[in-house]
Amino acid sequence: MLLGRVVGSVVPAVVYAGLEGVPMLLVQPLDQAGRPEGRTIVAADATRMAGPDELVYYEGGREAALALDPWFVPVDHAIIGIVDAVERDVP
Amino acid sequence: MIIGTVTGTIHSTIAHEFYRAKKLLIVEREDGRLRRTGGYLVAIDSVGAGVGERVLVLDEGNGARQVTGSADAPVRSVVVGIVDDVETV
Repeated sequence: MLLGRVVGSVVPAVVYAGLEGVPMLLVQPLDQAGRPEGRTIVAADATRMAGPDELVYYEGGREAALALDPWFVPVDHAIIGIVDAVERDVP
Repeated sequence: MIIGTVTGTIHSTIAHEFYRAKKLLIVEREDGRLRRTGGYLVAIDSVGAGVGERVLVLDEGNGARQVTGSADAPVRSVVVGIVDDVETV
């Protein structure tokens, strides 16, 4: 999984069977320090509770679809959880 | 599997059901010569690893589900070992 920031939401007109009502959010991937890195992706929100500007962690690939119910759906990224806090090391 | 160093832990209240009460670690990847690359991943802990430790991370779904004892969990990355040392030739 990786960290990302919710930067928007997608309002689909028509979706594949099984994806009705699943929130689709625009997510900006972040590097380890929390800086934006790479292109924005669209992720299904498995928590159904992520909102704008929130820090989230998301999974890619087959595991992304497993986070949803029903799980046999065409999804390649899914938000798994919302980050409350990140504790860093102090070397 | 990959080797990396734990650089942080993630606290999360709202998460997929499977992830509740699971410890999440941020692991910075190392390259083949054991230098930090800046890349990272977020993984479940299965061995009691802590910040600063060098760890072995399984980054494959089926194995990860085997480790976590769930056939349908949305999990791919699991910390499966703590590394003492790596010898290279």
